[in-house]
Amino acid sequence: MNNVLVMPMIIPVIAGILLIFLRPYIKLQRWVSFLVMIVNAGIAVYLLNRIQTEGILRLDFGGWEPPYGILFVADSFSVILVLTTSIVTAICLLYAFSSVGKAIENMYFYSFVNFLIAGVNGSFLTGDLFNLYVCFEIMLLASYVLITLGGRKAQLSESVKYVVINVVSSWVFLIAIAYLYGTVGTLNLAHLSERIAESGQTPLLTVISIVFLTVFALKAGLLLYFWLPGAYSVPATAVAALFGALLTKVGIYAMIRIFTLLFYHEPSVTHTLIGILAGLTLIGGSIGAIAYKDIRQIVAYNVIIAVGFILVGLAIGTQAALEGSIYYLIHDMIVKALLFLLAGTMIVVTGETRIDHMSGLIRNYPSLGWIFFIVMLSLAGIPPFSGFIGKVLIGQGAIETGSYILLALAFISSMFVLYSLLRIFLNSFWGETIISKEDKVPMKKGWIIPCMLLSGGTIVLGLGVEAIAPYVLDAANTLMNPQLYIDAVLNRN
Amino acid sequence: MKINNVILRTVSKVVVFIILTLAIYLFLSGHHSPGGGFIGGLVMASALVLLFIVYDIETVQKAIPVDFKKIAAFGALLAVGTAFGSIFFDVPFLTQSFAYFDLPFFGKTELTTVTIFEAGVALVVVGVVVTIILSISEDV
Amino acid sequence: METLITILAGVLVTVATYLILSRSLIRVILGTAILSHAAHLLIMTMGGGLKIGSVPILGEGNGTFVDALPQALILTSIVISFAVTAVALVLAYRTYQETGTDKLDELRGMKHE
Repeated sequence: MNNVLVMPMIIPVIAGILLIFLRPYIKLQRWVSFLVMIVNAGIAVYLLNRIQTEGILRLDFGGWEPPYGILFVADSFSVILVLTTSIVTAICLLYAFSSVGKAIENMYFYSFVNFLIAGVNGSFLTGDLFNLYVCFEIMLLASYVLITLGGRKAQLSESVKYVVINVVSSWVFLIAIAYLYGTVGTLNLAHLSERIAESGQTPLLTVISIVFLTVFALKAGLLLYFWLPGAYSVPATAVAALFGALLTKVGIYAMIRIFTLLFYHEPSVTHTLIGILAGLTLIGGSIGAIAYKDIRQIVAYNVIIAVGFILVGLAIGTQAALEGSIYYLIHDMIVKALLFLLAGTMIVVTGETRIDHMSGLIRNYPSLGWIFFIVMLSLAGIPPFSGFIGKVLIGQGAIETGSYILLALAFISSMFVLYSLLRIFLNSFWGETIISKEDKVPMKKGWIIPCMLLSGGTIVLGLGVEAIAPYVLDAANTLMNPQLYIDAVLNRN
Repeated sequence: MKINNVILRTVSKVVVFIILTLAIYLFLSGHHSPGGGFIGGLVMASALVLLFIVYDIETVQKAIPVDFKKIAAFGALLAVGTAFGSIFFDVPFLTQSFAYFDLPFFGKTELTTVTIFEAGVALVVVGVVVTIILSISEDV
Repeated sequence: METLITILAGVLVTVATYLILSRSLIRVILGTAILSHAAHLLIMTMGGGLKIGSVPILGEGNGTFVDALPQALILTSIVISFAVTAVALVLAYRTYQETGTDKLDELRGMKHE
């Protein structure tokens, strides 16, 4: 029995509900949520190792055999993402303990973080298209609440846009599901894949795939990212870090899953389109990242560049490129969380949001400065940090298939990432210090330790690539061979 | 805010019970015919909302001194708990079971674990709807 | 029947688009609610939920039966859109309280640069 498969989703749900009853006990709430994430990470490691020996695992809810019931499927790709999510969330929670403040913590903050994680993990693990929609909605509902917690004017007006955009994109998702169900008559991903393969992906199905592309492009911020910088710059730092690390990644995951498992027969249409969108995203994100002086905007545009970069890997679609995408996805979850935490900390200690109003921070807070330096190198893809391997593999894939334009765009965008972060570094950390000894906000341990943990994460991931290589290889292998997934789900060995 | 509307008050005293009966009927019939926890819960919530309209919020809260957020949470716990319970019997998550019992008065009755799940759903709906209405109408 | 429902869904989408593009926040939220109903009708039509037949239970009915899945999908999706609309309404109310307006053009943008 594979009941352990549902744990990464159901444990956060139960914890979230229980925490509603434990409202007055904030200390308890903190450590329960932290423990949930640690347990989830443990389960993910266990699952990952079982998948290597037993192949793809599945759990039929209520004993209904696929394709009739809904089910959870765990392959290496999804479980790697569950593992990363758990670790990153645990660390963001550590940061939240000392930063969000009693007023927000009291408004069921930890419950909603748990629900958010339940939705994210559910989206990664589900093997049914409609269930994916439901998990997306769980995640989005929790994020609607988290983004408004605090209730400042800017937060409210940004979250109105965020909610409306997401409601409309969910509507498109529903429409796409309706069309697909009407055309092929099933919603189980493996069964869908089989039926689409049988029909050879007719033009009608290709059009439906473009509708799906629109949905996930909105969710992931692929070209349709206009809502993202505003929405990600208003919530509390820990929440923004969670959003930056997780939410767009779920959209990317769904896109990679759909376009490697279901609609992979017409790459000249779909994958070319993804490539064009990814290229435009890279250009737009790069321009945004160097255009603003508000540190939160710069960081948010860096998220967009990463989305474009990961999807370049999908657009190329070779084994090496997909491996690169997976590496970069893991790397980006860790590093974007760190980047948001650092930006939030800089804003708190200086009381400014514009980089030209900050100066000489490295004198006051040397550790913060050095961690920022590490992030910068890691995001630019300099070895031995974790960004390197992903960039090399995506580059290798691009050269193999001769996609030189995408290659050029991807690597030029890395220069822009480096430049935008270097600009923050030069403006805010170098120069004369503007903070006098009396006004200096003491650096709390609760702020700097999570940052250190995450920067440790990027170094470990960079140096220890060998250790996770077999898992990533297996994940990319499953993505390249949809038959493996279909056989595991529909029981045809 | 107190409305002194005699007709509304008199009628609602009766109607609320009719609505509540309908809610329970819908809830119980949900297993084999149209109805179920969500609909039953909505109807039940509408009865409560009618009370809130006819009498003012303070009066009703004095009569029903519960925190509706907690009710919603309890319902969610119940619903997830029945799903989770199947894990302890070593069957797939969300498995339901049913059996026939010879109850006095009702005769042969089908009892299922789905009913517990549905009760959870109904409680969630009641809790959530009333919470929303209360939080919007709090300071008008 | 299918044609009729499809046209109805189209009309609902038109209405919803009009409402979403209007300036008042409350109208936008009503628009999203109507939009989701249009999607439900579409699922119903696309999934063959409009066919006439008996319940899909073995041993009952006379051979023709309807697909139960679209109805299950719609029920789930109605619950979700109920929850989303509820959250959006509360959000709109809080926004109105905080900013004193429900006009979207007055809520525009944060001030930067």
